[in-house]
Amino acid sequence: MKHLLSTADLSRAEAIHILDVAEEMAEVNSREVRKLPALRGKTVVNLFFEDSTRTRISFEAAAKRLSADVLNFAAKGSSVSKGESLKDTVQTLGAMGIDGIVMRHGASGAPRVLADADWIDVPVVNAGDGTHEHPTQALLDAFTMRRRLHGDASRGRALDGVRVLIVGDVLHSRVARSNAWLLRTLGASVTFAAPPTLLPATSAPFGAAVHHDLDVALAEDPDVVMTLRIQQERMNDAFFPNPREYTRHWGLTASRFARLDERTLIMHPGPMNRGLEIAGVAADDPRSTVVEQVENGVSVRMAVLYLALTGDQQKETVA
Amino acid sequence: MPSGEAGKEVGVGTRTVLQHPDITRALTRIAHEILEANHGASDLVLLGIPTRGAVLAERLDRILADIDPEWGPAGGSRVGTLDVTMHRDDLGRGIGRAPHRTTIPAGGIDGTVVVLVDDVLYSGRTVRAALDALQGIGRPRAVRLAVLVDRGHRELPIRADHVGKNLPTASDERVTLRLTETDGTDAVVIEQSEPHGDGGAA
Repeated sequence: MKHLLSTADLSRAEAIHILDVAEEMAEVNSREVRKLPALRGKTVVNLFFEDSTRTRISFEAAAKRLSADVLNFAAKGSSVSKGESLKDTVQTLGAMGIDGIVMRHGASGAPRVLADADWIDVPVVNAGDGTHEHPTQALLDAFTMRRRLHGDASRGRALDGVRVLIVGDVLHSRVARSNAWLLRTLGASVTFAAPPTLLPATSAPFGAAVHHDLDVALAEDPDVVMTLRIQQERMNDAFFPNPREYTRHWGLTASRFARLDERTLIMHPGPMNRGLEIAGVAADDPRSTVVEQVENGVSVRMAVLYLALTGDQQKETVA
Repeated sequence: MPSGEAGKEVGVGTRTVLQHPDITRALTRIAHEILEANHGASDLVLLGIPTRGAVLAERLDRILADIDPEWGPAGGSRVGTLDVTMHRDDLGRGIGRAPHRTTIPAGGIDGTVVVLVDDVLYSGRTVRAALDALQGIGRPRAVRLAVLVDRGHRELPIRADHVGKNLPTASDERVTLRLTETDGTDAVVIEQSEPHGDGGAA
């Protein structure tokens, strides 16, 4: 794996391999000394053209636990606000000697442009591009599901037969897209439940089934219910009449939560709008994996950075 | 020296130097040596280096359980695995190494005598990485090294405390341990490696 740009690029074996490496990283994160020397002397740049706190901190923690040096670049207050192009920004960083780029950009496909161009020859990890993809979020979601469902026997396993319901703003959600592709690769079936205004205008978006009624979708007894964040910053059109009506039809309310099966997992990529797309009682229940997802995010990003920066070709270790 | 079994010869220049009974005898002797050097089984912990070293550690655990009641039952809290992949000095050279599992016995390793178990001792770099990896896990009272085969050609000032067999080799040869658990058969084979090969286990 050189770059990680899209979960659609990952084969089943590659995806399982990343999750397995993440298991070893999670084991390190439970030790007293949470640090490995694997990327000592390497420099990773967090190149963030869009606001992010949790993803950037998660990547920063992951890189630092692998002993890499981390440079944080935020477009705000940088030369980009003076009109510098991506090419010049990257070449400037390249001249300082960097070994990997973690990139978030408001434009879909920007990390692909960077990976394909010959401006700089380092691994690129997509940390969210526009409304396109957020591959590490999908990987940590799959990792969290696998751990909850298979426990200690997770290594080498996929998610065959797991039924995942993704609720909310699929149209703008890079999390939904990356998850739909990755989960399908891993053998799970994905269903979207969303108002027609918040779904792409195709019959089976990203190979997933679609429901236009949340209560009908929940009655099918999914194994996992993933609620997406209503991204207020992208709600610049009349996608739904008002937040109260959205909650009534599409929110995981306390009464909908109470009707769910005892073992149904509740997931949310965060940050949560409590009371809008998810009720507090659902978010704080033991069935909710919201905090685990954050914890697992560091392990999964450690695995991705390790594999991308040490040039893993899935070769077996020579003992 | 037992000759190679007919049919086990893989190619020209491949010879089997140890077979199942030899390996079992060597491990039994190492088990006794470990107990003797430690004046008993107290505070001893075995950590095998994946993948073959981890299998050898499990076998040593079973032998120790048989010969010393103080060791306790096999498969208990005295044996674990220590993956050294993330501590190697050749990461980032495009070789691409997948990490293996590290399992530390429930009691931890602080104050214990850790016996590292590996298959073939060669350059010593794996052992250096293992010593580094141990630091992140705890502070043993002492660390010892047990290997099934010492083939020489050290690149670091490291030596083994318990050796199953000293095997003089040329540096362009490859020494491979095959074990029933991982490879379906018990054998140590020497083969002529291709030029620029990694030279077998490090």
